[in-house]
Amino acid sequence: MDIIYMDNNATTRVAPEVLDAMLPYLKDFYGNASSMHSFGGSVGREIAAAREKVAALINADPGEIIFTSCGTESDSTAINAAIRSNPEKKHIITTRVEHPAIKNMYEYLAKNGYRVTWVPVDKEGVLDLGYLYSHLSEDTAIVSVMWANNESGVIFPINEIAEKLRNKGIVFHSDAVQAVGKLPVDVKQTGLDMLSISGHKIHAPKGIGALYVKKGTKFSPFMIGGHQEKNRRGGTENVASIIGLGRAGELANNHLEEMNSRVRAMRDRLESGLLQNIPKALLNGKKDERLPNTSNISFEYIEGEAILLMMDQLGICASSGSACTSGSLEPSHVMRAMGVPFTAAHGSIRFSLSTYNTEKEVEFVVENLPQIIDRLRKMSPFWKEGACNLQ
Amino acid sequence: MWEYTDKVKEHFINPRNVGEVENPDGVGEVGSMACGDALKLSFKLDENKRIKEAKFQTFGCASAIASSSAMTEMLIGKTVEEAEKITNDDIADYLGGLPNEKMHCSVLGRDALEKAIYCYRGEDEKVIDGNIVCECFGVTDKDIERAVTENHLKTIEEVTNYVKAGGGCENCHENIQKIIDDINNRGADAVPIKKELTNIQKIRLIEETLEREIKPALQKDGGNIELIDVDGNRVLVKLIGTCATCKASQLTLKNYVEIRLQEMVTPDLIVEEVK
Repeated sequence: MDIIYMDNNATTRVAPEVLDAMLPYLKDFYGNASSMHSFGGSVGREIAAAREKVAALINADPGEIIFTSCGTESDSTAINAAIRSNPEKKHIITTRVEHPAIKNMYEYLAKNGYRVTWVPVDKEGVLDLGYLYSHLSEDTAIVSVMWANNESGVIFPINEIAEKLRNKGIVFHSDAVQAVGKLPVDVKQTGLDMLSISGHKIHAPKGIGALYVKKGTKFSPFMIGGHQEKNRRGGTENVASIIGLGRAGELANNHLEEMNSRVRAMRDRLESGLLQNIPKALLNGKKDERLPNTSNISFEYIEGEAILLMMDQLGICASSGSACTSGSLEPSHVMRAMGVPFTAAHGSIRFSLSTYNTEKEVEFVVENLPQIIDRLRKMSPFWKEGACNLQ
Repeated sequence: MWEYTDKVKEHFINPRNVGEVENPDGVGEVGSMACGDALKLSFKLDENKRIKEAKFQTFGCASAIASSSAMTEMLIGKTVEEAEKITNDDIADYLGGLPNEKMHCSVLGRDALEKAIYCYRGEDEKVIDGNIVCECFGVTDKDIERAVTENHLKTIEEVTNYVKAGGGCENCHENIQKIIDDINNRGADAVPIKKELTNIQKIRLIEETLEREIKPALQKDGGNIELIDVDGNRVLVKLIGTCATCKASQLTLKNYVEIRLQEMVTPDLIVEEVK
């Protein structure tokens, strides 16, 4: 059975070009970049080249890029740097729909002496900017807002927030792991202080990430150790993966146009196909302000895990905000923050495409999903011939 | 991804007995959409009062659908009295087991069956019994007590897996823990108290244990024991009667008196004989 992979916000395949770029550094060129011999030194040059490529992807200077092990480490590093550099400030602002990498860190800080403001979103997943601005204070150490939401795909107005925060002495950080490679991200133009990148979301392998730190931003390392990354992140470099991330960054830059044309068209076709062919299907997230690859649809009166496993029978991979898929008993915090009713939240399915998807795959899903939904609804006590049994 | 058994997968992909029985003899509905799973079970008896037909409708994940399907299969051919004996564990066993986090799916089946039987007997539908402990999922202390007793649950996490209580805001965790503790302590009248004791509590407990347990045991052999003093964790005792002259008295003191007192009072106690 062929796999139809539409779960690219969870992780992506390693691009063959990326793997090719990496392999020599797992086999022949195993030197340590810190060594004095030229065998190691040549590796150092490749790391520098990769840094330039990652910097180019977001229009940063190479010196502003720190390689980390993942998006989570980038986020933790940014937050720690901000609060350690401003020890007198005890207030932080973030959103109610952040990824657990941010959410759980702030929940931890909230239990350890920090006041956290959680900015709400509306039912379309759009951020309440007025709420954010009205909570800024002298005591605010950091504002952390994701560039785009991983579940709904809704894009947040990072440029506008950055403008508002300019010269206020507040660190502005964005978890941009879902945005980079899907949207043009330009840190110079935006003027934020820190930005997190994850490799495996852009066809590099898992286990590599990067943090952009604007020149002049006060910094304090999270991983304390050797002099690597100019003393900003200790630990011998993950050479092959760094080179892989560099290559993936280059490819992402080249594919940005395709992402916003062909991939967007496939997403739109998938979405309209499903919404037209399946009754009681609702789109989650503001239609016009979303990542070009993401579609989150709720199928009312049935449960997401059951939908996913039925799709799995056909080789279709996606995710759900349903409680059952996570092992927790409540639907995703993003769906709840958006106020998606329980009838719909449990049955939400996220499709996230990449440039590797084909129009044929989209047609296959549009053709087959209605039967799956219909079959599960026929089993549901709440479903009766196109209407809810209970209402 | 969950590790489902082949039988769970098979019942999920090809569920048996989906739908509603016409003119049912019993119907049971449990759960809600807010809770994430719901089940409507209906059955019909034949002339010999055996279940001829049983059907289900389920809103829920794969294991909820498989549990419902399995239960209808188990019901058919049984009398109501036989059906009544089916437990949530039986349903899980029938499927070759369920992941721990999914045990509540089998409980859902059992609850629907119970309701359908109430309905069949014309008894009042079970109103909410007990007091709500978990507000998020509307679980009462009675529900939790039953799950803990029947399934020998020991932790809050297990309670959440079986009846969902405590799986939301977690504000009720303290109350759930109390229910677990109460049940697990019940029956064992001599509960070892391992908490920090004040001196007076410690001395009283030592006295009690000596009086209730140790003295009667020694008296059987014509001996006895007297508490002289408690100095920190040193328990000073005097052996009387045959014990005083018995060559094995030191063994008795260390292997029985000391161990028993350590178990019942606090593990730090040392028993010493005063001549």
